[in-house]
Amino acid sequence: MTKQKLVIVGNGMAPGRMLEYLFDKDKDAYDVTIFNAEPRVNYNRLMLSPVLSGEKTYEDIITHGDDWYAENGVTLHKSARISEIDRDAKTVTSENGITASYDKLVIATGSNPFIIPLPGKDLDGVLTYRDLDDVDKMLDAAKGGGRAVVIGGGLLGLEAAAGLKMQGMDVTVLHLMPTLMERQLDPAAGFLLEEEFKRRGIDVLTKADSHEIVDDGTGKVKAIRLDDGTEIEASIVVMAVGIRPSADLAKSVGLDVNRGILVGNDLRTSDEDIFALGECVEHRGMCYGLVAPLYEMAEVIADNLLEGASEYTGSVTATKLKVTGVDLYSAGDFAEGDDREEIVLRDASAGVYKRLVLKGNRIIGAVLYGETADGPWFFDLLKKETDVSEMRETLIFGQAYQGGAPLDPTVAVAALPDDAEICGCNGVCKGKIVTAIKDKGLTTLDDVRAHTKASASCGTCTGLVEQLMQSTLGDAYNPAAVTPMCGCTPLGHDEVRRLIRSKELKSIPAVMQELEWGSSGGCAKCRPALNYYLVSDWPSEYADDYQSRFINERVHANIQKDGTYSVVPRMWGGVTSSKELRAIADVVDKFDIPTVKCTGGQRIDMLGIKKEDLPAVWADLGKAGFVSGQAYAKGLRTVKTCVGSDWCRFGTQDSTGLGIRLEKFMWGSWTPAKLKLAVSGCPRNCAEATCKDIGIVCVDSGYEIHFAGAAGLDIKGTEILGLVKTEDEALEHVVALTQMYREQGHYLERIYKWAKRVGHDEVRSQIMNDVDRRKAYFDRFVFSQKFAQVDPWSERVSGKDKHEFKPMAVLQTEAAE
Amino acid sequence: MNAETRNWVAIGDLADIPREGARVVKTDAGCVAVFRTVHDEVYAIDDRCPHKGGPLSQGIVHGTSVTCPLHNWVFDLATGLAKGADEGSVAVTAAKVEGGKVLLAADDLARRAG
Repeated sequence: MTKQKLVIVGNGMAPGRMLEYLFDKDKDAYDVTIFNAEPRVNYNRLMLSPVLSGEKTYEDIITHGDDWYAENGVTLHKSARISEIDRDAKTVTSENGITASYDKLVIATGSNPFIIPLPGKDLDGVLTYRDLDDVDKMLDAAKGGGRAVVIGGGLLGLEAAAGLKMQGMDVTVLHLMPTLMERQLDPAAGFLLEEEFKRRGIDVLTKADSHEIVDDGTGKVKAIRLDDGTEIEASIVVMAVGIRPSADLAKSVGLDVNRGILVGNDLRTSDEDIFALGECVEHRGMCYGLVAPLYEMAEVIADNLLEGASEYTGSVTATKLKVTGVDLYSAGDFAEGDDREEIVLRDASAGVYKRLVLKGNRIIGAVLYGETADGPWFFDLLKKETDVSEMRETLIFGQAYQGGAPLDPTVAVAALPDDAEICGCNGVCKGKIVTAIKDKGLTTLDDVRAHTKASASCGTCTGLVEQLMQSTLGDAYNPAAVTPMCGCTPLGHDEVRRLIRSKELKSIPAVMQELEWGSSGGCAKCRPALNYYLVSDWPSEYADDYQSRFINERVHANIQKDGTYSVVPRMWGGVTSSKELRAIADVVDKFDIPTVKCTGGQRIDMLGIKKEDLPAVWADLGKAGFVSGQAYAKGLRTVKTCVGSDWCRFGTQDSTGLGIRLEKFMWGSWTPAKLKLAVSGCPRNCAEATCKDIGIVCVDSGYEIHFAGAAGLDIKGTEILGLVKTEDEALEHVVALTQMYREQGHYLERIYKWAKRVGHDEVRSQIMNDVDRRKAYFDRFVFSQKFAQVDPWSERVSGKDKHEFKPMAVLQTEAAE
Repeated sequence: MNAETRNWVAIGDLADIPREGARVVKTDAGCVAVFRTVHDEVYAIDDRCPHKGGPLSQGIVHGTSVTCPLHNWVFDLATGLAKGADEGSVAVTAAKVEGGKVLLAADDLARRAG
């Protein structure tokens, strides 16, 4: 039997989710073709705000990468906007001339930002906030600085304003109504929110009626003028006043359309074979712009595509604002009314405001500001229309105060009923998560995300999911994903790295202050980690804090068990000469060095040197041309090579030359943990490249690049990154991979652990397939090398850090009496 | 004996010790590690970890603690006691700063020798 053909118009979050449901149920029912007007794969639109604020990148928010489409046999046409649907012939045709026929069609054209018909709305610098292109335009504009005026004080407008502020712009929010987010918040919470935005230096004007966007004379925005005559200068104007279902295409082919595309409970349009999904839909008079209802629709359509009879009956929605540091939750209806009662709790010093609206002993609305942990519980009571008269007195204090339940959050979560919703974005209830954890033996947050989708979208329910894992697994749960860096902070390495970048923290005290470190001076765990992150992220600006480095990196030698040191000079690619060997021999004799040993990385180690002698040892070695081998560094160590095509009868390429080139290019760079490379001249692999952090195996047709090997505590063969043709390409790929690891690795995390954590395919796709990214990584590495390639030994020979190598005083005990 | 009646010996300038760092003072009875905190307080303890003899002067200084460079034992600079799960202590020598000079208590030094 030939497969049926399914064509999808639009590639947003809703159709992406629909396909996941569909493939889950029956992978082989349909040949799927997607037409996407945007030039890219499916990404998580909810996360645009963190991209705008700089807390995430586009790559972080991709839901389905190119691989996913390939693996699932889905044809994706990017930059292909559908302009025609022939309902008789059952074909669709895109503007760029691609035609596809369908048995079933899903229209998921989403929505368009609403443009206020102001004079000047078409000027250069007037933007909307809807997709990644908009974010890119805003980020571009933010580089020029100046003032951004955001029209609209709703969810999108405020997220845009906060993001632009974090990008360094001055920001003014204009809002037509008296209080912010009036559709989701009551005036009191709207006021608190306004105060918070003002505290962040964002100007907020409510009851502000825009009149005209003023031209600077060259067709660009200069200012915005309000009805009352006020003029506010602006280098960009962002319109974020709402969205309109994008129903034009459906209308043009004669489907029934009102505000959105009209559908029945089975989500079919007026054409039996055409479904409509997502923000373009109008169902029972409602159009939805939040993700949870769209996902519910996605599940219904997936079932109905497989001859099911699912029905969509509308959604009650809850909202969270995704601005870092603002906790806000709202659900249901909270207007005042004669038949309604309210319960309010305020704590001004803590900035907490909570309000529940009750009707007939049932919660019909909830607004939480400042403390939102009980949001899902209130939302659950609301959706189930639970009679709350029994717990009215203590209801506002939250679930933990009910029925004498203890305050331990894990216990509170354990007490939730199985059908309590945990993840609002993806509509995942507690029972589903607990079942998945038990049946599939899940032990990590990532596993739970992969199997249930809970906490996989906006991530605000991560805490709840972790508490569920805790209560289900007990001590077996080791929350690796959120392991704090150390006892000084609850934040994990990833969060700290992200915040260092997004908040532009450029010193250890700044990190500790801004991220609210629990200790005054950190500890021996977090200080070196922070120092590395700052060195790695701000190479030109951060002043390396040597007091936060482990002794080996502070004195550029390896401490031994008796307090003496060992010294390893670089031998580029493991190649040496009589002159070098003679110099080493002389140093060994002169300083009476007890042990000389070959290392595993093809160089020579001199052990048992007294600390006071180090500068003199280095001075002699330096005269022979030696520099530090950084054998002590969390950084580039050795590049092991074989003799390759120079000597070996099997050698296919100049492995020695490439090894030396790599080492000369990369020496001095700091990395999260030590980094050892090797280049083998043929697949016989005498340099043992396939158990190194990064290895190259030369073959006739070029250079096979390997990564993520280990031969220490763990033993692990490398993964193959890919094959490149030239030595130049090999260098570029290795350097880009190193930079990616530098930017993402946790301190002390070797490359194989990092690669496992982020996914080998992810590394491959970024380094092998994405040319722009690879070049960007490469460029950032080259930039940081400008500041890193200074030989620390010669610096110290010329007097730097003298205090490290001499006692402060020598006392005779008698003299002290 | 109280602080006023101690004999003090000057070992150098405060500026000779890096903040959150240490210097070594050699004596007949072994080395003393002299620490300077981020707030410019000074502390002196024996430069020898009771665990495996690690030079504490080479450790990372955080708050008023130091972490041994060999196996990460942590010591309170004021009391010389090991912190956390480890048990042990090092001898403390009283230290102070006066007029930019770092002074150690000679009697404590003498007691170490004895």
